[in-house]
Amino acid sequence: MEKTEQHIIMKEEPVISIKGIYKSFGSLNVLKGIDFNLFTGENVAVLGKSGSGKSVLIKIIVGLLKPDKGDVFVLGKQVDKLGRIELDTLRLRIGFSFQSSALYDSMNVYQNLAFPLTMNMKNLSKKNIDDAIEEVLDAVGLKDKINQMPSDLSGGQRKRIGIARTLILKPEIMLYDEPTSGLDPITSAEIIKLINKVQHKYNTSSVIITHDLTCAKNTGNRIAMLFGGKFLKDGKFEDVFDSDDEQITGFFNYNFIQ
Amino acid sequence: MNRQKTKKYIFSKGIDEYFSGVNDAWKFTTLFFKEVFKKPFHLREVIHQCIEVGLKSLPLITLTGFIVGVVFTKQSRPSLENFGATSWLPSLIGIAIVRALGPLVTALICAGKVGSGIGAELGSMRVTEQIEAMEVSAINPFKYLVVTRVLATTITIPLLALYCSFFGLFGSFINVHAQETSSLLTYYQNAFSSISFLDIFASVVKSIAYGFTIGIVGSYKGYHATQGTRGVGKAANQAVVLSMFLIFVEELIFVQVANWIRYF
Repeated sequence: MEKTEQHIIMKEEPVISIKGIYKSFGSLNVLKGIDFNLFTGENVAVLGKSGSGKSVLIKIIVGLLKPDKGDVFVLGKQVDKLGRIELDTLRLRIGFSFQSSALYDSMNVYQNLAFPLTMNMKNLSKKNIDDAIEEVLDAVGLKDKINQMPSDLSGGQRKRIGIARTLILKPEIMLYDEPTSGLDPITSAEIIKLINKVQHKYNTSSVIITHDLTCAKNTGNRIAMLFGGKFLKDGKFEDVFDSDDEQITGFFNYNFIQ
Repeated sequence: MNRQKTKKYIFSKGIDEYFSGVNDAWKFTTLFFKEVFKKPFHLREVIHQCIEVGLKSLPLITLTGFIVGVVFTKQSRPSLENFGATSWLPSLIGIAIVRALGPLVTALICAGKVGSGIGAELGSMRVTEQIEAMEVSAINPFKYLVVTRVLATTITIPLLALYCSFFGLFGSFINVHAQETSSLLTYYQNAFSSISFLDIFASVVKSIAYGFTIGIVGSYKGYHATQGTRGVGKAANQAVVLSMFLIFVEELIFVQVANWIRYF
């Protein structure tokens, strides 16, 4: 991975540090020696084609998948070496927004948002829970949907409630898996605005997995291009866009034609 | 992405996958026993699941138990009449229903209704990433989803089996009462005169085993569902087929063991 100017400016310990990650599923080699750093307060958009291993990468970061080889450090902890309790403690500091939103469909919006709180913080009063829910619903602009079931919400609203559910635990790192996929351009623009708002309001560092150029350009302080299980280029959007690499130019051309 | 490695099998793909599946199911079951005694116990969710499994199955169990009692009495009466032994009818029906039919009918109905429900619900949660969403929120999904459901089926199915036996005898009484004058109390007294403590104890023990089987098989199939919505249907279907098969195997073992205890 190329060192960018931004890396040099931020002489801090990275909040996520990945060294030489390999991951295969049977005979399929998905990640082939990935190195990656995320620094405090920055948003990195990981761009790549479908099936290039982007989602696998963030699932490894949050400990849902174990790498075959390599080290993953998140907030100073080596994720793949943590036991259940330590991993759960770390996960409270990481927000994960799923591509499918993954709202609990047997619960309404209030219950979806209250669930992580009540399960992890036993001593919270009802007022504290209600206040926290009101705050995150206000942040995502869906205060009026508090009693709705997930099936009654639109795709964009479900994504926003999914983000609200992660924000309720006040994470330091946000991981977004395809936040704009399946959404129309107007709703996508709202989600992009929300991602930037979350970065500023909650002071989070984020990894945004996407194949949407608009989303990557407007949310990422830095872009990392993932192709064939490796990062081909890492830097500001303009630097990546001007790259001579055939795969990268092909990707950009294809997306512009689309 | 490149395809580089070719997987080598010890025997063949099918045989290896079968044993790997058995190993996974064994690990899943042992994990239940590890987790069930650990905090948090999620008592509210266990009660909620007991209501889902037990209370919502009551109408079906009532109707089926009643019909089994009526039909079994109708079918048995002509044979006993040939020997002038219709007075043995309550005892015969009592033994058949309490020892075998009540628990077995309840287990089979619950395998279809509850087992498939658990398989489909957890399967749907798996393919829509709801289980992963729990994990990343630092909630143990196995504890919250699997342990609570298996406990609920293990607790409620023995109760439903006793209830089913009671209604089976009631159905039998209604049939007998239509043909001859008999009081409900006398009928139950006659039926229970031939039933020993061992019969009821064995009935409860095997119903506990059936309940556990239905819960763990449904959860296992749903928890490991793959391939999207097709996988959900497959998980529900496999949950029913496998639990029914295991229930019959368990029935065979329990009959042998109960007879062995009875005669020794």
